[in-house]
Amino acid sequence: MTIAKTFAEAKAEDRAVLIGCMPAGFPTVDRSIEQMIAMHEAGCDVIEVELPYSDPVMDGPVIQKASDIALANGVRTRDTLKIIEAVASAGATVVLMTYWNPIEKYGVDAFARDLAAAGATGLITPDLIPDEASEWIAASDRHKVDRTFLVAPSSTDERIAMTLENCRGFVYATALMGVTGARNAVSSQAPELVARIRKIDPDLPVGVGLGVGNGAQAAEVAAFADGVIVGSALIRCVLDAPDRAAGLDSLRALSSELAEGVRRR
Amino acid sequence: MSGPAATLPDLAGHFGKYGGRFVPEALIKALDELEAAYRSAKTDPEFQATFKDLLLNYAGTPSLLYRANRLSAALGAEILLKREDLNHTGAHKVRNVLGQALLAKRMGKPRVIAETGAGQHGVASATAAALLDLECVVYMGQTDTERQALNVARMRMLGATVVPVTNGSRTLKDALNEALRDWVSTVETTHYLLGTAAGPHPFPEIVRDFVSGIGTEARQQCLDQLGRLPDAVAACVGGGSNAIGIFHAFVPDEGVRLYGFEAGGDGVETGRHAASITGGSVGVLHGNRTYLLQDEDGQTIESHSISAGLDYPGVGPEHAWLHDTGRASYEPVTDAEAMAAFQLLCRTEGIIPAIESSHALAGVAKIVPRLREELGRTPTIVVNLSGRGDKDVHTAGAYFGILDKAETVVPGENT
Ligand SMILES: Cc1ncc(COP(=O)(O)O)c(C=O)c1O
Repeated sequence: MTIAKTFAEAKAEDRAVLIGCMPAGFPTVDRSIEQMIAMHEAGCDVIEVELPYSDPVMDGPVIQKASDIALANGVRTRDTLKIIEAVASAGATVVLMTYWNPIEKYGVDAFARDLAAAGATGLITPDLIPDEASEWIAASDRHKVDRTFLVAPSSTDERIAMTLENCRGFVYATALMGVTGARNAVSSQAPELVARIRKIDPDLPVGVGLGVGNGAQAAEVAAFADGVIVGSALIRCVLDAPDRAAGLDSLRALSSELAEGVRRR
Repeated sequence: MSGPAATLPDLAGHFGKYGGRFVPEALIKALDELEAAYRSAKTDPEFQATFKDLLLNYAGTPSLLYRANRLSAALGAEILLKREDLNHTGAHKVRNVLGQALLAKRMGKPRVIAETGAGQHGVASATAAALLDLECVVYMGQTDTERQALNVARMRMLGATVVPVTNGSRTLKDALNEALRDWVSTVETTHYLLGTAAGPHPFPEIVRDFVSGIGTEARQQCLDQLGRLPDAVAACVGGGSNAIGIFHAFVPDEGVRLYGFEAGGDGVETGRHAASITGGSVGVLHGNRTYLLQDEDGQTIESHSISAGLDYPGVGPEHAWLHDTGRASYEPVTDAEAMAAFQLLCRTEGIIPAIESSHALAGVAKIVPRLREELGRTPTIVVNLSGRGDKDVHTAGAYFGILDKAETVVPGENT
């Protein structure tokens, strides 16, 4: 399913889309597939696969740790594409989040082609701003892959407008000035940022991420955003679990709690 | 060459295809503000006068250009040493930190953060912060805090907070990641005092400009002392600040060859090195497009060098561009070659150089025969002696096996 359709369906049901993140290959290729499918079955509308990277400057300790484990276990870019294929064919809408260097190394056009072939609908680029993205914009147009750039509370209205113009599918609003990781309270900057985005483009769906960790926070964000993005809290289910089965159980439980949250707006 | 070279980077911070800004959107406003503050400072006579006064009366520049006669005889060339080792804090880095700390003041930011490998940039940052009454937090890989315990103590004496970084490889690149993470969360009150001529635009340009006094001084000193320009200028290249600092003024002088010497570690062919240009490939790291050490998937590869200050898997974008255009030549120098040059300078001139700077001396020893042949005469070469070797006494002592058993145990350090 395309991202646009996923957002449209949720809108028709008067709820927000739940986007759950998981690093590819964490802790192994097979187990990451199993975890993503469990998240999908328990209510994550979109699976945001994260390509593990050695220097993830936007990420807090939880995602860093999971990425390090995946890399230490030898995950490759081509494994990430296989994982996307497996999760997409299980029926999930899949987007990929990646730092830019692995894509540049793979070859920008080849990556857009292979990403589309694997069944991902789009790419989220945390360290690629539209100003530097001409090659990616051309390649993603050629291979019909959606583009999600980030906006932040510090972005000027001009930059927000320019970024929205270059997004397709949805825009990622970073709820606070900081790195990924669950927080005790949802940022007060987030509703204001979403309002600024809507004023410039009322139609492009807005996903809000950074800090959401439970159903109540998901409901709080769902009240003003089109999509709720959850990463570290889901990953912690696996990191903290004593064994594989317990990790999957806790992933399912949190996913359904979050799914219930995005319906309680 | 004088045309385009003098006006780089372009408005978006590109040196040819290199440089730019590959950072989270959350940092763009801070980078724009920094750029605006820098542009206005550049043309503000008061800012320039304050900077000049600190360089002159606090840092001790202009540094000497010293004709090293015994070293010259040993190498078969006329060698002039640009004595940045005599600056306050013992390296070229003081120029950059004074400039950036003044900028932080100008932007009304009371806090600076810095990354450091060996601790040299951390000590310099803590120094400038103490002088200008700024709060200072230094990120340092845990491996490095253990290897460089004395510099950790220095920073703390100067009032800085040192945060050991336990992520990833626990070295300089991880300290840089952590500083960027801090900055994303604290950007309203904090200036990131980046330690080399790399990172996202405008850092490569700002750092270059603050350290470019090295080359301006050296060029004038050559004209005054020799009545002409040198045949070549040489420097070691880690992130690239001391090299771009001495190159910049000479770039338009086409007759002056520019040489950058990278840390070849055990030898580039062994894979254990820190030679980004001569042993790496083009990619994106820490906010800019440049040469870096990476695997087939674009994951950063850890660097290796006996010199902590050169032990970094990337290089500033202007060097990538100078390499591609052929204006400067880059070559690797192994640990062993650098240490031989270290010893040579100690014994011929009574100067203990930083191990970083020893890479430049070793590189010069290698190019002299080639230059002699090309020129058909004795070449005149200016070498940037970027720092003094006090910080390296332990490493060098262990390397040469000249520490007595009792002395090998330096408090807090492991051999
Ligand atoms: C004395 C000295 N020279 C050179 C360097 C390398 O840095 P850069 O390449 O930025 O000059 C360092 C870094 O710590 C240093 O301390």
